This record gives sequence, C-alpha cells and structure tokens, in this order.
Amino acid sequence: MKFSGTDSYIATNDLNLAVNAAITLGRPLLIKGEPGTGKTMLAEEVARALNMPLYQWHVKSTTKANQGLYEYDAVSRLRDSQLGDERVHEIGNYIVKGKLWEAFESEQRSVLLIDEIDKADIEFPNDLLQELDRMEFYVYETRQLIKARHRPVIIITSNNEKELPDAFLRRCFFHYIRFPDAETMVQIVEVHYPGIKQSLLKSALETFFGMREVPGLKKKPSTSELLDWLKLLVAEEIPAEALHSKEPGKSIPPLHGALLKNEQDLGLFERLVGMSRRGR
Amino acid sequence: MLVDFFLQLKQAKVPVTVREYLSLLEALDRQVVWGSVEDFYYLARLCLVKDETNFDKFDRVFAQYFEGVTALGEELETQIPEEWLRKLSELVLSEEEKSQIEALGGFEKLMETLKQRLAEQKERHQGGSKWIGTGGRSPFGAYGYNPEGVRIGQDGSRHRRAVKVWDRREFKNLDGSVELGTRNIKVALRRLRHFAREGAPEVLDMPGTIRATANNAGYLDLKMVPKLHNKVKVLLFFDVGGSMDEHIKVCEELFSAARVEFKSLEYFYFHNFIYENVWRDNQRYRAERIDLWDVIHTYGPDYKLIFVGDAAMSPYEISMVGGSVEHYNDEAGYVWGQRLLDAYRDAIWLNPTPQGWWNFTQSVGMVRQLMDGRMFPLTLAGLDEGIRLLSKIQR
Repeated sequence: MKFSGTDSYIATNDLNLAVNAAITLGRPLLIKGEPGTGKTMLAEEVARALNMPLYQWHVKSTTKANQGLYEYDAVSRLRDSQLGDERVHEIGNYIVKGKLWEAFESEQRSVLLIDEIDKADIEFPNDLLQELDRMEFYVYETRQLIKARHRPVIIITSNNEKELPDAFLRRCFFHYIRFPDAETMVQIVEVHYPGIKQSLLKSALETFFGMREVPGLKKKPSTSELLDWLKLLVAEEIPAEALHSKEPGKSIPPLHGALLKNEQDLGLFERLVGMSRRGR
Repeated sequence: MLVDFFLQLKQAKVPVTVREYLSLLEALDRQVVWGSVEDFYYLARLCLVKDETNFDKFDRVFAQYFEGVTALGEELETQIPEEWLRKLSELVLSEEEKSQIEALGGFEKLMETLKQRLAEQKERHQGGSKWIGTGGRSPFGAYGYNPEGVRIGQDGSRHRRAVKVWDRREFKNLDGSVELGTRNIKVALRRLRHFAREGAPEVLDMPGTIRATANNAGYLDLKMVPKLHNKVKVLLFFDVGGSMDEHIKVCEELFSAARVEFKSLEYFYFHNFIYENVWRDNQRYRAERIDLWDVIHTYGPDYKLIFVGDAAMSPYEISMVGGSVEHYNDEAGYVWGQRLLDAYRDAIWLNPTPQGWWNFTQSVGMVRQLMDGRMFPLTLAGLDEGIRLLSKIQR
C-alpha cells in the first residue's frame, strides 16, 4: 500500500514519504503549513487513492476530546424513562458513537482526519494521548473496551494557532507542507485546469508569485486562491497580454480581488502600485 | 546506530527524545525508505523534528553529520547572508570607558568627515575605531558607542542617544502567530478569566431542572441556561520601536497568548509614552492614528488596562508639554496617562526590563508613581503577580 498523489492532487516526494511512513508504522501524521496548501485535502485524497473509508472529525473551539470517542445522552434517557419507553432499560441505546469509535470499528483499514486540532482548548490533544497511542479506549457506561480492528491512518491538521503539547507531538510524525515552488505549481494547475493556455498560465504565475513578494500583506494569496483566480481568468477570457502588458508590480492585475481577500491588503497593494507608477 | 547523530541533534538544541529516536529506527527497520540519502533525510526529519522552526537547526546538524551530502538544496544557502553593515558583535563598554571616548567635534564636522570616509572606504568593516561599520568606536556606523555618533544601517537606538538617525525606523508589527513558549503565559493569563452567562440558553441547568421537576410532582421539567463565557475585557497598550527592540520576542509571546485567551481584546501601540493618539498598525502609524479620547469613549470602564513598555525615556517625555520625541504634544504625557487611569480603574504596567535595573532610569520611577506602584516585570512571576492584582480588583 503506497501513496503517491492522485490524478487531482500533486504530492511532493517528502509528503508521499511522510504519508507512507505513517501508514506503515500506524502513527498519526501531523500536518502543518500555510493556509490553502491542501492540508485537509490530503486526507480525502489518501482515502480515495488507497480505497479506504474516510472519517472526518472537524474540531471547533468548543469540541471536547471525548466527543470523538462517544457521548452518553442522559437527557433523552431521562425523557424516555418518563414516557415509559422500553429502550430505557438498555444503556447502550443512549451511547452515541464518535468519529474515533467509528474509525476503530471499521471493517477495513480507514483514514481518520482530525481537522484543525489547534482550534480546540489547549488541553484537547492531551486528552487523546492514550487513544492515539494504543488505539483503544474504555466506555465506562457499558464497561466495554473498544479496540481498533485495524489501526486507522490518522491525519491531523493544524494551523499553528495554539502550541501543541510535547507529549502529543512525540507520538506523531510531523510534516510541514512548504509553499509549492513554481514548477510544482504548474503541475497543480495542470491537474485542475487541463489544457489551460501556456501563455496565460505563465503570466498568471508570474503575477501570482510577484504578489506574494509584496511586503506587509496580512494574508498572502495561496494555492487555492490562485486556482480560483485562474478559474475567473478563464471564464472571463482574459488574454495573457492583459496580465503581461506592463512590468509586474506596476499595474493592478485584472480580478485581483480573488487573490487578496482583505480590504487592508487590497488598499496596501493598490497604493504600492500607485507609488511605483508615480516613481517611474 | 545513529546514536551520535541523535546526540548531536540534542546538542544543537533540537528537542528530540528517545521515543522519537526509536520510532526512526523502527521506520528504518520496516524499510520505509531504502538506499536514498534524500529519503532518509525526510524520514529522519519526519520522525525527529516536530516544529518547522527547528527545521533549520536539523538541516545544519544533518549536513555536518553526513558530510558530503550536497543535495540539501536552498535551505543551506540562506544561512550565509553576507550583508554589508550587519550586526555581528556589540561593544560592551562601562560608563567609565564611555566617558573616555572623545567626541570628534561639532555636528557639521561630523557630517563632512562621514562623507569623506564613505568615499575612502570600499569594503565591509566591523569593529575598530576609524572606519564606518558596526560595533566599533568610530562616530560612524551602528551598534557601537560614540557620544556624537551617526547611525548607519541600524533600525533603533542602542544607547538611546544619537545625533541623527539616517535610516528611517521601521517598527515591526507584533506577530500574533508566534507561539513559542506562550503556553506558560496563557496559563498565567487564565487567572484573569471572569465567567458570566450571556446569550441564548443552550446548556442544561441541573439545579434548576431538579427544583422545577420536584415542583412539577416528579415530572421532568427541563431548564436551560446560557453557556459560560469569558467576560473579561482587556485593553493592551504596547510600546514599540526604539528602546523596546530587544524585548520584541517576549512582547510577541505575550501578545499572541493574550489574543487567544481573551475574546474581547483591543490593542494599541504607542512610542515611549501615551499622548493624544495611538495606532494599531505600525506600518502605517503616521497615517492612521486613533484619538485617545475615542479609545476612552469607545471602550467602557469595565475594560482592564495593561501597558507593556520599558518606561525608559527622557523625563521630559512624561512631564513636559512638547517633550515627545516624535511630535509636538500640546499636553504633557502624564496628563494623558492620568486620563486613561481615571477612565480605567483596573490597570497595570508590565515592564520587560529586569526589575533590578528600574532604579537606574528616572522615568521608570515617574511611571511607577503615576501607576501607583502597579508596575510588574514581564516575567512569568511578575505577570502572575500583576494578573493576580487585576483579578483581585475585579468586581
């Protein structure tokens, strides 16, 4: 079982190696990187490429670790007891399975995505240490030990909003997705828009990388924004010359709103362009 | 096997543990990679390094250990920035030595000599006492000491005195994404949490439900309450630039921890002392200033006020009209300071310079007096003490 990217996802060598090491050793893989470099996509693509079921657990600031294992719904049991429902005698009826449980129970090996783990409380990763390490947990209400049939491939993403505890990091493999270089970028675009005009692509990429160089931007445009922008360029049938006519950095490219997403960055960029025009 | 490599990593301060080392060996044993140095490099990094800020250190140790490996690529090149006028060393001079250094003469003469020497000098220079460069005793160049020195290639004052700054200061915005070592700070800040129930009822109210159910002759009557929220509101004022440069890291850590910990956090920057306006963006601080009255009127008295600054300045900057280094202020700094303190009763000042040094600077004493002694060093202990005080006066 080896992962090497898919027809819609370009993975660099080091990323492939990281995924394969995580699969072989059954360790969780922690993925960091700039926003829009395809961290969440990775789990979907791995599941697709290796033909495994995918369980996604999206973490929010209010998510608790045991929600991923199971929840005991005491309130509905209480209500059922008031209404005289028969189900009330079996406590198992009120245990709601979490994503981790589902992944552990899966008939075949599965992929489990724990998305944006840094959004949760800082104690959250610590509460999952045992579960990720031994791949088992205990259900107190029913006195059951849930053990993974096959160690799932666990992919965890983080946006670096919070520092993760050392004990947690020690149990993971860590990979940082670097921002793709121009060459990889061409491959990525090729995968998403096959047959895009080479001249348009070339000047679009030049403009894009030039824009990333602009100092002081709060949010640099990322791969996903580039893809959106290209979609617009193709849809509007903007010729390559329109991007290329002036020197880069001295004109505002068409539809630049797709690349810069906050008004301060837009303002800064427009002013810089204005300044360099005057400076000519 | 690879024990030396592991120990060298440890020595280079890459945080590696035995567990991670063993998992690397396990991966090698299972033949995850075979026969390629580059693949081995990626695998070792995958297993041993858990933070992208340590990648660079790892690369250096790896290259050193596996001598002759050249395929590492661009990362290595970035380590040898050979910049003209780069700070390499600093002169450490006692007060006595400083007074021994003679000034060269008047300002005009300084500029003239500078032009001359710039013309004469063709190479990078550092140290020494004639040529222009960094860390020396010549009146020209940066990071050195000469009472009438002219700064070149330096972005802030070191000895807080200079005739003229040639390069315009670029203040750095405090980076909210820096996360190193902020965990401890967060734990300290947590003490300031003040929970209150506000908003839509969505959590089961246990005591209320039991009471209502009992009243209802045993039939269930569910009661809900709003969720607990951290209600504390904080105004942060940061001193930036100039003498604060050496404290940037600790300030960034504080800032990033505070941003995560408090939902209602407003931050502003000032330079040396508070005057009639402050700003939120250091890149454009000349253009976009915020009137301090607006701040006072916008944020209610329930906000808690935290200043972060070294309070090292000329006493005139606090006490005199027109004393500001940046502009002409119509009202003295302490008037504005007092206005803020009148508006916000809960206030502390965090000072990143060590407490032992405070007595050597007159302005620190003045600020402490203004703050009623509520100044704390920006260390974990000091932060703890300050936050404790802030939460004590919580109503």
